[in-house]
Amino acid sequence: MRFMLIQNYGGVELEPTPMNEWTPEEIQAHIAFQMALNSELGESGEFVDAQALSGPDQAKFVLSDGAGAPVVTDGPFPEGKELLAGYRLVDVESVERAIEIAARISAAPGRGGAPVGQRIEVREVMSAPDPEL
Amino acid sequence: MTTPSATEGLLRELAPQALGAVLRRFGNFADAEDAVQEALIVAIEKWPVGGVPDNPLGWLITVASRRMMEQFRRDDARRRREDLVVAGARTPQGPTPGTDDTLILMFMCCHPTLSPSAAIPLTLRAIGGLTTREIAAAFLVPEATMAQRISRAKTKIREADEPFALPPESDRSVRIRSVLHILYLMFSEGYTTSAGYELTRSDLSSEAIRLAQAVHRSLPQEPEVTGLLALMLLTDARRPGRTEDDGSLVPLLLQDRTRWDRALIGEGVALITRALEQHRIGEYQLQAAIAAVHDQALLPKDTDWSAIESLYARLEHKTGNPMVTLNRSVAVSMVDGPEAGLRMLDGVADRLGDHHRYHAVRAHLLAEAGETDRAICEFELASQSATNLRERHYLTTEAARLAT
Repeated sequence: MRFMLIQNYGGVELEPTPMNEWTPEEIQAHIAFQMALNSELGESGEFVDAQALSGPDQAKFVLSDGAGAPVVTDGPFPEGKELLAGYRLVDVESVERAIEIAARISAAPGRGGAPVGQRIEVREVMSAPDPEL
Repeated sequence: MTTPSATEGLLRELAPQALGAVLRRFGNFADAEDAVQEALIVAIEKWPVGGVPDNPLGWLITVASRRMMEQFRRDDARRRREDLVVAGARTPQGPTPGTDDTLILMFMCCHPTLSPSAAIPLTLRAIGGLTTREIAAAFLVPEATMAQRISRAKTKIREADEPFALPPESDRSVRIRSVLHILYLMFSEGYTTSAGYELTRSDLSSEAIRLAQAVHRSLPQEPEVTGLLALMLLTDARRPGRTEDDGSLVPLLLQDRTRWDRALIGEGVALITRALEQHRIGEYQLQAAIAAVHDQALLPKDTDWSAIESLYARLEHKTGNPMVTLNRSVAVSMVDGPEAGLRMLDGVADRLGDHHRYHAVRAHLLAEAGETDRAICEFELASQSATNLRERHYLTTEAARLAT
């Protein structure tokens, strides 16, 4: 089963201090945690993909009616915290395992090494059908 | 000069034989499997250019054995030598008459302690002769992830510490069941295709059929082995009718049956007939028998639904699986009308109430019974909980069709 474990810019429950107010060591510890988790998932044979997206200020919204020139809106956006920050794609045995990994991501170290408590959205990736038997 | 595909075909036939020979000589499944894989990769590069050696199997065994020796010399020589002595004492030297390496390897790779997501790739590599890269592509995961999955699977096999021999008679039926389960899942995996990966994925089904044929050759008197092979052939025979040119799914009863593969159907029917004559009925035989009834009907209206209904009843009795009851209720509705099917569905509501297939079947039967509003509602519930894309498209479309 494939799951996408999604995190947004907002949704940080325990440690809402923005990362630009952390010390360099705290930021490094946070990044090291993410890298270590990815290689751990590689070793367990569950890693498929992980991507972080550029910040919400870089986002563009595109709207088109299919005929005229598209309307392109640049940031910053008031709802920036709801935008996607990044995801991990994992291939696991069960939804329980996906939740376990999501919990690890959620408790990534923040200020003073305390867990940030990021809200992680766990979504199963659609598969294709079984043979009809 | 040989074409690459002919070389690959030959190598994949020889892979399990080479592995069996190397294992007999050295023991140590994990290293032997690596060594054979390396030999296969060298052969894929060399043979199409320089020609196939006179004794291709001997060539592979020699190259793989040399890798094994290099490995022993390279790291931790003393410990390795001790391992070698131990392994040599435990495994018989040279080929042992009357045994079948491919079958022994199937039992090893489908060891009950392995999860299917580990056993399937290991089987494809060690016995199917596929490379890690090919297997990773088939499962749409990075090569490094797949390599780790295979390596962890091999660690578990080492921990199980079984001699390179057929499992004892007392374990045989349990072990056969786990081999069949893995091959069945490998076959199904080839059907869970998403657009664009069609070719790669259906290779998994072909590979499962090839391996099932090998197991059947080794165990011709096991009716469930025969049944599984028949089930695969009878299902695969319908593949050409299963999708539109755009990749969308065609339900069984709407398929163009002239596109079905009659030769495969003939082969499958002959196999299942022979298996059933042994009177040791199991679930694969029952599933194959159901597939055979569908396949033999030239038009949907010719389908012998009461035969299908009674086969599902036996399967339900044997497995207690509520999904079987779901399928049986469709057959019941074809024989006794949709109301009878709906009554049967009520019996599994508490066990399957949230499953999208439950809602989908219920929707169909309600639509048949003329209860359009309730059918639309069920189709919508089904599409909300569907976990595969084509099914969701189909269910959403059906709901919309009824609403207009």
